[in-house]
Amino acid sequence: MSKPKVGFYWCASCGGCEEAVVDLAEDLLKVVEAVDIVFWPVALDFKRSDVEAMKDGEMAASFVNGAIRTSEQEEMAELLRKKSQLLIAFGSCSHLGGIPGLANLWDRQAIFECVYKEAPSVVNPEGVVPQEQTKLGSNGYALTLPSFRDTVRTLDQTVEVDYYLPGCPPPVKLIVNAVMAILENKLPPKGTVLAPDKALCDECSRKATKPDKLALRELKRPHQILMDPKKCLLAQGLLCLGPATRSGCDAPCISANMPCTGCLGPTSRVKDYGAKAMSAIASLVDSNDEKEMAVLMEQIVDPVGTFYRYSLPASLLHRRVRNLTPSPFKGEGWGEGKKGLGERSGGAQR
Amino acid sequence: MSKKSLDLTMKDPHPRPLSRSAGEGGRRPGEGPAWEPKIVAFFCTWCTYTAADLAGMSRMTYAPNARIVRFMCSGRVDPQFVLKAFQEGADGVLIGGCHPGDCHYQSGNYKALRRITLLKRLLKEMGIEPERLRLEWISASEGDRVQKVMNEMTAKIRQLGPLHVERPSPPAPLPSSRTGEECPQGGVRAKAEVQGGAR
Ligand code: SF4
Ligand code: SF4
Ligand code: FES
Repeated sequence: MSKPKVGFYWCASCGGCEEAVVDLAEDLLKVVEAVDIVFWPVALDFKRSDVEAMKDGEMAASFVNGAIRTSEQEEMAELLRKKSQLLIAFGSCSHLGGIPGLANLWDRQAIFECVYKEAPSVVNPEGVVPQEQTKLGSNGYALTLPSFRDTVRTLDQTVEVDYYLPGCPPPVKLIVNAVMAILENKLPPKGTVLAPDKALCDECSRKATKPDKLALRELKRPHQILMDPKKCLLAQGLLCLGPATRSGCDAPCISANMPCTGCLGPTSRVKDYGAKAMSAIASLVDSNDEKEMAVLMEQIVDPVGTFYRYSLPASLLHRRVRNLTPSPFKGEGWGEGKKGLGERSGGAQR
Repeated sequence: MSKKSLDLTMKDPHPRPLSRSAGEGGRRPGEGPAWEPKIVAFFCTWCTYTAADLAGMSRMTYAPNARIVRFMCSGRVDPQFVLKAFQEGADGVLIGGCHPGDCHYQSGNYKALRRITLLKRLLKEMGIEPERLRLEWISASEGDRVQKVMNEMTAKIRQLGPLHVERPSPPAPLPSSRTGEECPQGGVRAKAEVQGGAR
């Protein structure tokens, strides 16, 4: 029997997930021995037309990382879905929306205004912004670009997904387990996140120092304190999201004295990661007085960025409903007289 | 000039609905002539729910806009429930619990207060007016307070207008050749080896 074919593809992502594949190190050789990599734009010279030429379901599995932002990414997701038996959302962005998903606090117009016009480092007196089609002179040629959507979506909001490999990027151990499970045909039910279904605290080396009852008056950020390298970070007042996050990563961030920011996402019992993490942290604040607790919580500078860092598009609200707050970028030298990022008037423009 | 160049060919097949305000008449397509505020009320069974019962038995009239859901304690109201209510079409969410110190489970209402305090900030950043979420302490004997709060909340939401949270479009359907449960190398799926749970 010929070796099963697999493909890798990237959408709106940083490239870290591709690194994670390379991070398999010697294990990568085992993988290459067992499968035929037939599509991997970052490393191998296969083209979209090669995939298009395949029969439906010809690939055993495709691993797609990155969120879905453009029409081209939608097309590729659909194409790979068609040509693969299994479609696996690889990494936080494709699983939950990831960091690129935080752009759902804005929309296309606000992003274009900022990136191509208002940013202090931009010189663009003619106000040129990318066009989906540009006609070239008289010869009738036209150049095209993919369309940039208003909203970032997860892979499973775009096409059906069989499995999820969580993490930013997915831990090597989980990737190897998943590949082996596919090869040995020992996969769990469709829709499963291929990681343990327990909270991170469970496998954290500092678990023993986590008090049963926590009451926090100070919520600190890593640069504000000298950390005890042995003690539970939450007990030290750092916003460690371990209690709300799925395990499976062996807590590398904690080992490096950094609080968990929640990249593996929620366990299966939780629908909206950010709401759950926020709820867990808020209940620890040591105050029963409404005014005082509000002041203490001011120490959480950016609630959406903290709790929805990797999961805004997958959340219940999935994007900002409308703009109530002025842009944080508005101020001196920031496009005086012009509308700031996100300060769209009314609902007149999409 | 700049605006024009931006709008030329940028068409989005997943456009966001226009935001609506009360000034626009507050109508949603297909929703009949007049919009009415939809409020979801999460009441703790020991105090606020009993108070609502009392209000009913005392034949007090108040705005009929709230759908009451009974909880054991306001501390059981997960912020996810609030977001889910907004996602499903609620224009406002009201949470009612026992007065501070009176919670049947000692501290559930303090926990609720902490969560709601932070949730309101989060809502504001997500573009939902924090006034759409209200937490009230109403004891079992305060039927008149239920009446007052319900009326106030309805008036407030009426003033704010409909919320309408848009949902992401559903994923594209699978091509028919791929809907079977067949496995990559044929055969039946073996028992789960990898630990995990549904998303
Ligand atoms: S809160 Fe963070 S540091 Fe503490 S046990 Fe959990 S994961 Fe470890
Ligand atoms: S510790 Fe948290 S942020 Fe770090 S890899 Fe694990 S889940 Fe991700
Ligand atoms: S029982 Fe009423 S708030 Fe806890």
